[in-house]
Amino acid sequence: MLTVEGLRSRYGRIEVLHGIDLQVNTGEIVTVVGANGAGKTTLLRCLSGTQPASDGRITFRGESITAVPAHRRLKRGLAQSPEGRQIFTNLSVEENLRLGAFLFKDERVDQDMAEAFAMFPILKEKRNLAAGGLSGGQQQMLAIARALMGRPSCLLLDEPSMGLAPLLVAQIFEVVTDLRGRGVTVLLVEQNAFGALKIADRGYVMETGRISMSGAAAELIADPRIREAYLGL
Amino acid sequence: MDALLQFIFSGMTVGAVYALVALGFTIIYNASDVVNFAQGEFVMLGGMITVFTYMAGVPLPLAAVLAIVATAAVGVALNKLAIEPARGAPVVSLIIITIGASILIRGAAQLIFDKQLHRFPAFSGDAPLRVMGATILPQSLWVIGGAILVFVGLWLFFTRTLTGKAVLATANNRVAAQLVGINTNWVMTLSFGLSAAIGAFAGVLVTPITLVSYDIGVGLALKGFAGAMLGGMGNPKGALVGGLLLGLLEAMTAGYLSSQYKDAVAFIVILAVLFVMPHGLFGSKSVERV
Ligand SMILES: Nc1ncnc2c1ncn2[C@@H]1O[C@H](COP(=O)(O)OP(=O)(O)O)[C@@H](O)[C@H]1O
Ligand SMILES: [Mg+2]
Repeated sequence: MLTVEGLRSRYGRIEVLHGIDLQVNTGEIVTVVGANGAGKTTLLRCLSGTQPASDGRITFRGESITAVPAHRRLKRGLAQSPEGRQIFTNLSVEENLRLGAFLFKDERVDQDMAEAFAMFPILKEKRNLAAGGLSGGQQQMLAIARALMGRPSCLLLDEPSMGLAPLLVAQIFEVVTDLRGRGVTVLLVEQNAFGALKIADRGYVMETGRISMSGAAAELIADPRIREAYLGL
Repeated sequence: MDALLQFIFSGMTVGAVYALVALGFTIIYNASDVVNFAQGEFVMLGGMITVFTYMAGVPLPLAAVLAIVATAAVGVALNKLAIEPARGAPVVSLIIITIGASILIRGAAQLIFDKQLHRFPAFSGDAPLRVMGATILPQSLWVIGGAILVFVGLWLFFTRTLTGKAVLATANNRVAAQLVGINTNWVMTLSFGLSAAIGAFAGVLVTPITLVSYDIGVGLALKGFAGAMLGGMGNPKGALVGGLLLGLLEAMTAGYLSSQYKDAVAFIVILAVLFVMPHGLFGSKSVERV
């Protein structure tokens, strides 16, 4: 579904991605784990088009999207729930969701919104409130729900567990697992390596702009190097 | 009493023009956080282009429409040629670009048109209407009605249409707007075009009363900006009320004190209001939580 080859990206003159190769197959949950500053967010921003790639190739559903501007990638089925949530703080919860379906004007929009509310009942309760007033966990739910309103075939999730209490983290990971049942392929970026690898099919480990290891999630969890470096076991 | 009503009428008329300029500020500010100081030039262009096409023999309504369309094109060009290429620059730089653009537009208008004062006939004649001992020009009613019409239209646009919400979303978080599929460059272009059209509309309405020349833009931009600040920058309701209040303040000061003091008094009141309410009368502190 999603193939990345030799992807490089830079901020000004400083290159932070030094040739990333990565693949996500239809129906998979794939995770990219790594320490703070490894370049995970930059990678996702390149995939969604909000950060330019300086070299390499991104192929999505058989077509190169390397040069497709960010606002056209969702139409092709690629959505992102960005780091830091990036919700529309001064619009209401419902308006945030409606804007998630900006590309659509059919009846399915209402249906999708009802589904989003079923998935996160607290959002329904607060539907008319300004999204900026939500708690961190609620904002994260809104960010995911808004991305799903765009009817993606592939969802890029950047640190959905960041800053959340353990109970909420478990709930968010559960939602991510459920996405598979809805036919959404997931690329999940996490610092919480253990939680992410537990729900993923495959994983990549990222270190200072390079992929240092990859494999089945179960194998990575069992690998002693990873257990020591990322899982604190 | 008659005098008071008279001052209210003239204040409302001037205030409606300020309100239209302030509404223009609001749209661009909402889409980009940029305060567009070329807004006053759009009013000037609306008046001047109508005058010259009308003098060339085009019927007045058609001349007005042409002026509004042409001015909207100037607004789009301003965005495409000056603002969009500077994307990513700090907002202050963008504001300075709009000041530069306003100087350029004024200079071009002086060359293309002339330095004279012009007018065209009022839409419904020049005979004043008598209302409870005071008089009001029919054209004043056009101006006030025009401001209300634009306000209602914008209010519906921002609260009821997806496109309007896309403009608000772009202002709130540009990257997130792109992620939901909004073409943020297009939103900017739309905002400049719409804002310029509203400015030109104000120019068309007010020229029969105040006359137009190439240099009326600066003062209007300042007054419209003051009105928008008074009401709360970014809020259409604030722009309408702020603009009208500013006009009324000026008219009252001119009527009861002296027209010499009207600018000073108006600005003192605005400063006082902003001192107590830094976000203006209707300004909302944006709720944010990290
Ligand atoms: N906007 C930016 N400007 C300059 N450098 C940045 C910017 N964002 C991230 N970086 C740098 O790029 C590297 C990778 O960052 P990031 O992609 O955010 O990593 P991660 O998401 O894995 O924590 C870091 O060294 C970081 O300091
Ligand atoms: Mg990150």
